Amino acid sequence: MALSKQEIAQRIAQELQDKWYVNLGIGIPTLVANYIPKNIDVVFQSENGMLGMGTFPIEGEEDADLINAGKQTVTILKGGSLFDSAMSFSMIRGQHVQLTVLGAMEVSQNGDIANWKIPGKMVKGMGGAMDLVASAENIIVAMMHTDKTGQSKLLKKCSLPLTGVNCVKKVVTNLAYLEIKNDAFYLIERAPGVSVEEIIAATEGTLIVEGEIPEMKF
Amino acid sequence: MINKVVKNAQDALKGAENGMTFMLGGFGLCGIPENCISELVRLGVNNLTCISNNAGVDDFGLGLLLKKHQIKKMISSYVGENEEFERQMLSGELDVELIPQGTLAERCRATGAGIPAFYTPAGYGTEVAEGKETREFNGKMYVLEQAFDPEFAFVKAWKGDTAGNLIFKGTARNFNPMMAMAGKITVAEVEELVEAGELDPNQIHTPGIFVQRIFQGKDYEKRIEQLTVTPKS
Repeated sequence: MALSKQEIAQRIAQELQDKWYVNLGIGIPTLVANYIPKNIDVVFQSENGMLGMGTFPIEGEEDADLINAGKQTVTILKGGSLFDSAMSFSMIRGQHVQLTVLGAMEVSQNGDIANWKIPGKMVKGMGGAMDLVASAENIIVAMMHTDKTGQSKLLKKCSLPLTGVNCVKKVVTNLAYLEIKNDAFYLIERAPGVSVEEIIAATEGTLIVEGEIPEMKF
Repeated sequence: MINKVVKNAQDALKGAENGMTFMLGGFGLCGIPENCISELVRLGVNNLTCISNNAGVDDFGLGLLLKKHQIKKMISSYVGENEEFERQMLSGELDVELIPQGTLAERCRATGAGIPAFYTPAGYGTEVAEGKETREFNGKMYVLEQAFDPEFAFVKAWKGDTAGNLIFKGTARNFNPMMAMAGKITVAEVEELVEAGELDPNQIHTPGIFVQRIFQGKDYEKRIEQLTVTPKS
């Protein structure tokens, strides 16, 4: 069975390491915060100016002056801090944030990512994504393996305007966990019950399958 | 102490004219200068270039100026929540420059800090870097980005004093401090205006030197864009 969005987030959460500062993008990446492994400490950075982002406020305690980068009302944890946008992106470009998790429309086998614009159709803007992908040491993309029409989102070359080049190292989709190196996607794990053949069929870019591919464990 | 206080938004916006470039603080609808925006709508100034991270929503924030076609060009990083904006942009009525959020923040900071340009890795290899100088430092590629030149900056703070010192609250700080530094004329509207000396100098976020005009704002709506809560158990 292909993974749900929650399960994609759950698999990504296994990549978190103790004492990391982490920036989570909008959508599936936001869900990663629900699955932090026990006995590690991570701090979430929200690029609109907060470290130590907490859960959604209890009903009635929401504060219009305390939101995350998705404009959702949130809380701040004990030991958190608040700052302006220039300082926030100093943390990001200065590589003080260890991991970025974000969504994508397309990823290519050389690590390019596209996620901000469909010419003539949809323009949302890149927000902080270009700064994040140009700077983070570790970038994990969370997305569906194919789009709504069944077309692969893991490509030889992106067709949409790029957000960043040669930057994505890992991709977790509803079908698989893949790493990007040597100009190819390497299949590392399968979603439970999903066959290697299904993943090959859903991947347009070069896919390297070495030996037995294990199923993800949760 | 130099007194920066003006009576209201009307006095604060004296000299705002058609064709000018304005910076407006805020992230989404959080920390936007609501009183200044209302006054810009009332004045009807048009042909404006607006620099702001977002473009409001259809019926609030900068969306109010968009609806009246007062904006000629918008410089932002993310505009996803505004259908009217998207319509005007795709139809070519509105000129839009989308730039990475960190680049936007740093360009605002550079403007006020006397830095004409700087190199950033954001946008290298993308259409954002087209036509711009690029350069390699220590094996990594960077794009040269330039400061802005706005006539006015409109910012919103939680507390301010008569000397123009500002304190922000929560994530309503966002772009406001850098934009305050950048305006030839910086107008600060505040939820609570106090006498000089009443704010602790240790806690000031924006020193009064950057603020030319300050006024007590009124009728703050502080609209929440995405209300997300944990139900009471």
